[in-house]
Amino acid sequence: MLPEQRIEEALPTIARGWRRAPAPVRAVIDFSRRKPMGAAGGGIVAVLVLIALVAPLIAPHDPYKPDAGAIYAPPGGQYLLGADETGRDVLSRLIYGARVSMWVGIVSVLVGISIGAVLGIVSAYVGGKFDLITQRLVDALLAFPVIILGLGIMSVLGASVNNVIMALIIIMVPRTARTVRSQALSIKEFDYVLAAQAVGAAPVRIVFRHIMPNIFATCIILSTITLGLAITTEASLSFLGVGVPPDVPTWGTMLRAAADAFISVSPSLAVFPGVAIALAVFGANLLGDAMRDVLDPKLRGR
Amino acid sequence: MREYILKRLALFIPTIVLVTIMVFAMMRILPGDPALLILLGEEGEGSYTQEELDNLRHQLGTDRPIIVQYGKWVWDLLRGDFGESIWDGTPVKNELRDRLPVTLQLAVMAIVISVVIAVPLGVVSAIRQDTWIDHVTKIFTITGVAAPTFWIGILVIVGLALWFKWLPPLDFANLWTDPVTNAKQMIFPALALGYHDIAFIARLTRSAMLEVLREDYVRTARSKGLREWIVVFRHALKNALLPVITVAGLQFGALMGGVVLIEAIFLVPGTGTLLLDSLHRRDYAMIQAIILLAAVFVLTINMIVDLLYGWLDPRVRYG
Repeated sequence: MLPEQRIEEALPTIARGWRRAPAPVRAVIDFSRRKPMGAAGGGIVAVLVLIALVAPLIAPHDPYKPDAGAIYAPPGGQYLLGADETGRDVLSRLIYGARVSMWVGIVSVLVGISIGAVLGIVSAYVGGKFDLITQRLVDALLAFPVIILGLGIMSVLGASVNNVIMALIIIMVPRTARTVRSQALSIKEFDYVLAAQAVGAAPVRIVFRHIMPNIFATCIILSTITLGLAITTEASLSFLGVGVPPDVPTWGTMLRAAADAFISVSPSLAVFPGVAIALAVFGANLLGDAMRDVLDPKLRGR
Repeated sequence: MREYILKRLALFIPTIVLVTIMVFAMMRILPGDPALLILLGEEGEGSYTQEELDNLRHQLGTDRPIIVQYGKWVWDLLRGDFGESIWDGTPVKNELRDRLPVTLQLAVMAIVISVVIAVPLGVVSAIRQDTWIDHVTKIFTITGVAAPTFWIGILVIVGLALWFKWLPPLDFANLWTDPVTNAKQMIFPALALGYHDIAFIARLTRSAMLEVLREDYVRTARSKGLREWIVVFRHALKNALLPVITVAGLQFGALMGGVVLIEAIFLVPGTGTLLLDSLHRRDYAMIQAIILLAAVFVLTINMIVDLLYGWLDPRVRYG
């Protein structure tokens, strides 16, 4: 067969290949068409993650370097969003702040939701005493208001980025376990699980092959919705001075410094970090709502 | 109904026991020996002998086995004794008696404000769906849910100071002896605290109303010629309020967390600021009392909400 012929034969496939973008790309395009607001939210989160990744490249100044001549400089001029109480550039600190917020948010969500999901599934599948005890533990943990539990854990662990992640995981696990457990309980009764049990599949296989994949959608929804909670809680704890150490630039510590200083001197210091937090949470919420509608109509309006 | 109440109570008691264990365990893991902290003082400038240390440990009871300490703590709690502050030796109960009403007042004001504003907002945006008023409400609720409570608090203070050259009076006034000053101090923290819930409850009211307005009995009510406002308020709202009551109740419990932030920002002398100060001083007795009270408060509110829901909606009882 001549090379040209082979190309000609392959053409329809190539053409189809061109029209059919790879599956993940198609999924994104499809999602954006159905849920433009959700896609916008996803875009906000993606941009913030990107900013966090390339922070050293795009920050106009050193976020740690004080400038004695620019203390409380108003927005505009050399420092685009002004300077703080030691003359450090607010914009650069905001950009570096995205690193902590996104890192803490994403890592705690990934780990917290995973542990919670496994706990929820096992609790539902094993049942009996194990389920009873786990659920009472979950009840007890859920009794503590988020900020108070966070304060308690942070005072035990001490202020650091990793400890904030730890505290957030402890906050998320019971919430995830509760939701996943109720889902797993209904899946457990489906015919295909009963069939797998009937042919003698091991419990581990049933949990991982048959129940886990069906919980996946719920976990994705929970992750996006919880991301907003994680970002707010990190900022709140850092604001109270028990979260991220005060020398690390984060949106929460920036607001703390702004509130500690005489705020009316430079009100913009109290505005920008809050806008950043609200924007991140807003993006995550929009994305979460849209994911819920697309992936699981049953959860709608909850 | 009695069976439902008993079932709910059976869940309540073991959970409370677990909560006490968790709070107690958390305080024991806390780094730092309270006896050492007292002897050294806040800046670590004091000196002590081994004998003094042993005596103080004995006096505080921290030299006894953990399980005995826990038992004594719970036994004292049951008799209404929260122990003595490790910081200044005064009974924890006295301090709480001063602080708790302030926090409760703040939380009640916040939830009342948010329900009073949110429910009409939700109803209007539901019956005027997709008009400008619905869109404005939507923008407000979306931003309200996203903006963190403590930032709203800071913005309120900045706004008041900048545009009105006014700040809430600093010397705290008691609600009963000086209600006017008290109102001046509490209204803005309450608004800031309630802002998040206004958004949340308005959103919920709207979706509940939209659902109920499509029900057959609403159509029937309209077709028999009832005036629109009677249909909306007597037939639709009454049913739509069920989930709203539940959420408002649960949010009331959750407010105990936000209260810490808002009290810190507005310098309100409630349990939130007390908790932060006690954490700073490592005042175990005080910290564990406050955290425990917050958790018990949330559990109690949740139980009341469940019982109320079971009473209002018989379907829940048999579910």
